[in-house]
Amino acid sequence: MIDVNRQGEVWVFAEQHGGLLEDTPIELMSKGRHLADILGVGLGAVLLGDNVKGLATKLIHYGADKVYLAEHPLLEHYQANSYAKVFYDLIHKYKPQIAIYGATAVGRDLGPRIASATKAGLTADCTDLQIGDHKTTDGQMHKNLLFQIRPAFGGNIIATIINYDRWPQMATVREGVMAMPTPNTARKGQIITEKVQLSPQELPIEILEEHTRAKKVDLKASRIIVAGGAGLGSKENFRLIWDLANCLGGAPAATRAAIDLGFIDHDHQVGQTGTTVRPSLYIAVGISGAIQHQSGMSQSQKIVAINNDPQAPIFDVAHYKIVGDLNEVVPRMIKAIKEKGFKETSSAESK
Amino acid sequence: MAYNCVVLVKQVPDTKRITGKAMNDDGTVNRAALPAIFNPEDLNALEAALDIKDRFGGTVTVITMGLPAAVTTLKDALYRGADEAILVTDARCAASDTLATSYILSCAVRQLKYDIVLCGRQAIDGDTAQVGPQLAEKLGVPQITYVEKPVEIKGRTITVQRSAGNGWQKVKAQLPVLLTVTGEANVPRVAAAKKMMKYKAAMTPAGIEQTLKAENAAAAPDEIKSLAAHKAGELEKKGVLIKQWDLDFLKADLTWCGRNGSPTKVHRIQSVVLASKETKSVEPTDDGLAGMIHELLEDKIIA
Repeated sequence: MIDVNRQGEVWVFAEQHGGLLEDTPIELMSKGRHLADILGVGLGAVLLGDNVKGLATKLIHYGADKVYLAEHPLLEHYQANSYAKVFYDLIHKYKPQIAIYGATAVGRDLGPRIASATKAGLTADCTDLQIGDHKTTDGQMHKNLLFQIRPAFGGNIIATIINYDRWPQMATVREGVMAMPTPNTARKGQIITEKVQLSPQELPIEILEEHTRAKKVDLKASRIIVAGGAGLGSKENFRLIWDLANCLGGAPAATRAAIDLGFIDHDHQVGQTGTTVRPSLYIAVGISGAIQHQSGMSQSQKIVAINNDPQAPIFDVAHYKIVGDLNEVVPRMIKAIKEKGFKETSSAESK
Repeated sequence: MAYNCVVLVKQVPDTKRITGKAMNDDGTVNRAALPAIFNPEDLNALEAALDIKDRFGGTVTVITMGLPAAVTTLKDALYRGADEAILVTDARCAASDTLATSYILSCAVRQLKYDIVLCGRQAIDGDTAQVGPQLAEKLGVPQITYVEKPVEIKGRTITVQRSAGNGWQKVKAQLPVLLTVTGEANVPRVAAAKKMMKYKAAMTPAGIEQTLKAENAAAAPDEIKSLAAHKAGELEKKGVLIKQWDLDFLKADLTWCGRNGSPTKVHRIQSVVLASKETKSVEPTDDGLAGMIHELLEDKIIA
């Protein structure tokens, strides 16, 4: 734990695998930049690995003022103990006021280990970060704190969490909820090379095998998403979603309920336990609109909802409300799209 | 070679089956609207421990921190095959965040001999997945998170398949370790009838006292105490006394417990109010839909 330190920087953990930056830390750079500007402090990126120096310039282009670079052969593969030790030492040396991590498999493994060692607070899986003031019940005012905003209780409530006495203020941030920044190749910054000392005790895990499961679909990159819910009724009928997605050149997606029913693979899930998306167009078919689903798609630019229940909550977030039988509406919509001269794509294939 | 497993479990409100309002008007969580259940992935952690016991021998001890009512979760664990159950309960644990919780649990685990500590990956009330790694750090043992297959153990070496987000890893470590277990790792066994018969009467000392008070409203406090001590002795002989530990017993440093020990504080809680947007109704007819497609094209939403 470090003391409250108003000059402290904002830090982002620059998670990389095999010399490639993950999407989430890049998303966090834009948020971190914004927070640092409000506070009038610098933005630091913490880059750990082996032979990863090339990524430092990239991080500067994405908004970092400083990159703390810790390179060591033993840091080539992520391990909670070794990464936490190096990160912990950096926190104690430079005393940042904020440290944020992607809520990735690595970020959620590493963040708590660092929080426990520093005895500082950590809020998991935030969907937004803001700067604001907090008044305690005894009237004390704490200015410019990190508001760590996240859904809780299965998405039924939104909690704003703060920590005003034991810093750094730390959070993991959900993938896909922050916009990707555009790199500015003219930006200049400083690369600070750190000496790393590690002993075998800091590497208690031996990685025997590693396998990547290629995602069958990249929902985050899709401009148009057509999502189906339990209302489709069967895997056969889910074909309608594929057809509509294909004729728009979009990606098919689904709710947790539809995936649990086996209509489509888990990679296609949108919502709290799936992917958070923000496409130009989101068409929700036969989806009632549970909060858990809405939290993953409500940031879409335009939302079209088709449901036979006029009271379905999905209509609360929809721009276009179509009340009707999806089995009639979807084919009509496909017809209307084709009449406008759309060519069917064959890139997305139903299994 | 036999192994001692300690499983940390939590009783949680069933966030998927909320009846009525999730929040009270004063902003606190309305627990009455939420039925209490065994946190789902903690059942997978328990199953992983029972599986280790079945294959290699050893013991399975279950710990929960919570209100006295959490005893139902401990009994459920005993019905499914745990050897011993411990309730950590103390009013001074209230308002603990993940850091304070992991500290208190570390004090409890240190009371026991352990080779493997197991937790569910995350609890459904908070979905933080933080207590496991924090507890590992406090105990000074390696953590292997997101375990997705039954584990292999040879001597003091454990081999585990874990999820790594966009893939999986097979990793090896020396005991003791802490594992966090996902829902994919196994299918939890159900309660065994024989165990249910045995542990139906299981209680904590505080539970015994409460029952005696209710049954003997007129009795003097001393009388209740001696009756309770007698009953607790009887249950212990049968092996069905659920241990109850408080922060004094754990010799916990109160600086790190409860509200004091929790760096994170709640600034605000809001019920989810969905942003109302300007919604256009579209007739489900050919003309209505063609009009909408035309607008989406005009707005360059589709191209």
